[in-house]
Amino acid sequence: MPNADLIRTIGRQVNNGIWRLGYAARFAMIMLLQSGIAFRRFHLTIKEVYFTGVLSLIIILVSGLFVGMVLGLQGYNTLQRYGSSESLGVLVALALVRELGPVISGLLFASRAGSAVTAEIGLMKATEQLSAMEMMAVDPIGRVVAPRFWGGVIAMPLLAALFSAAGIFGGYLVGVQLIGVDEGSFWSQMQSSVDFHEDIVNGVIKSVVFGILVSIIAVFEGYDSVPTAEGVSNATTRTVVTSSLVILFADFILTALMFRGT
Amino acid sequence: MPANQPSAEPLVQISDLSYAYNSNGGRRILDGINMTIPRGKVVAIMGGSGCGKTTTLRLIGGQLRPLHGEVRVDGQVVHQLNRNQLYLLRREMGMLFQFGALFTDISVFDNVAFPMREHTKLPDEMIRDLVLMKLHAVGLRGAAHLMPNELSGGMARRVALARTIALDPKLIMYDEPFTGLDPISLSVVGQLIRKLNDALGASSIVVTHDVASSLKIVDYVYFVSEGRIAAEGTPEEIQNSAIPFVKQFVQAEPDGPVPFHYPAMNYREELLASHA
Repeated sequence: MPNADLIRTIGRQVNNGIWRLGYAARFAMIMLLQSGIAFRRFHLTIKEVYFTGVLSLIIILVSGLFVGMVLGLQGYNTLQRYGSSESLGVLVALALVRELGPVISGLLFASRAGSAVTAEIGLMKATEQLSAMEMMAVDPIGRVVAPRFWGGVIAMPLLAALFSAAGIFGGYLVGVQLIGVDEGSFWSQMQSSVDFHEDIVNGVIKSVVFGILVSIIAVFEGYDSVPTAEGVSNATTRTVVTSSLVILFADFILTALMFRGT
Repeated sequence: MPANQPSAEPLVQISDLSYAYNSNGGRRILDGINMTIPRGKVVAIMGGSGCGKTTTLRLIGGQLRPLHGEVRVDGQVVHQLNRNQLYLLRREMGMLFQFGALFTDISVFDNVAFPMREHTKLPDEMIRDLVLMKLHAVGLRGAAHLMPNELSGGMARRVALARTIALDPKLIMYDEPFTGLDPISLSVVGQLIRKLNDALGASSIVVTHDVASSLKIVDYVYFVSEGRIAAEGTPEEIQNSAIPFVKQFVQAEPDGPVPFHYPAMNYREELLASHA
């Protein structure tokens, strides 16, 4: 009965998926309860903001710049057909602040910082450093996991903001300096059309949500990894894949909730 | 209550301890073990690879929960403690992991200082002095500024030992302390285990399969085989033991009660079967 086998396999996979989701949720709850140390000894969290945030700056800023430059070129091509090339500033800014800033910096953050966090925690587990900490009466979830989680949650919105800023600068370089769109209307139209609550706050909310999602996936995969070389490498891959899919899915949901009918 | 006369009671009392990774009827790693670790003594737990030695240490440290039986440390049943009580108890324990398990992102000095900084509010100068004293005890005061990846295997083991004794534990547990060391490091670590135990007034448990190194330094030996205690006694008794398994182990004979061959079907039949 191949059909019965198929159904059985699907059933098992769905069951496993749900079980793992519940396990991850339980882990997240425990981590939040043990998060006190990440704030009482804030330098631990600051150190992680440095590792996940500051060290991701290069890739975020350079990518932002080029994405903005491409937006400038493509946007100008389309807009000038309708004689509204002065609106280039609006197009670049809205595209970045609403969508591309949070989403692309989230994807980059997952592959640059999320994978590093997973690999680090996984290797600490594989080399018994987490067990050693436990035996020293120090809870690794509070001491190792929570600061990395909060470091990521703090770093991600800042990176998304910098990404958008670099992108707008890239759009300005191409649109105004290279092609010659009027500088005054580029900035003034941007200023009048980009709404603080509607666009910027919603973009920041997105980046905060993505930061939480990527960080929780990264620390969970690391903590839950099989403590071998192969296990850690699988966990790192899973972090990048899962984070990317979750970011894109969450972006759709958030966009549908935030920008419906306006 | 044993609290009235704490010194009379052994530090660790293991009674009828069983453990299986799969709690509903999987293969039992440990099956009804009884052990006593008296105060001030160094006790070895010996046995082949995968016989449940390390599991025993993890059960004593409360990292695993027993299937049956109990472990009492200083009169407290480990698996009945709540989280805070367990963490308090662990401050009295030190565990040396097989490859040291040093924190690779911080220096030797910071590794040894780690438990002190986490659990005490001592001023920095005092922590510095204490760390240097601990490192001096293992002969590595000069290596304080190095990073763990700059250490040899033997040095890493000694730094980890300094970290293990950072808070002067009552009970020191060693998980395979002799694995992968050259002969000089081997006897250094062996001597340290004995000397630190006596100097700190602690009790030690050494999990090992290194017969030669451990019999020189321990007071008592438990032999574990297939989850049970196969033999026990002082080092002399073990060396002269007539029990076949112990004899094979101590004399390092390749075949005996522990067979050379993994269980398989009849050799002749298997070879012929492939041609059929």
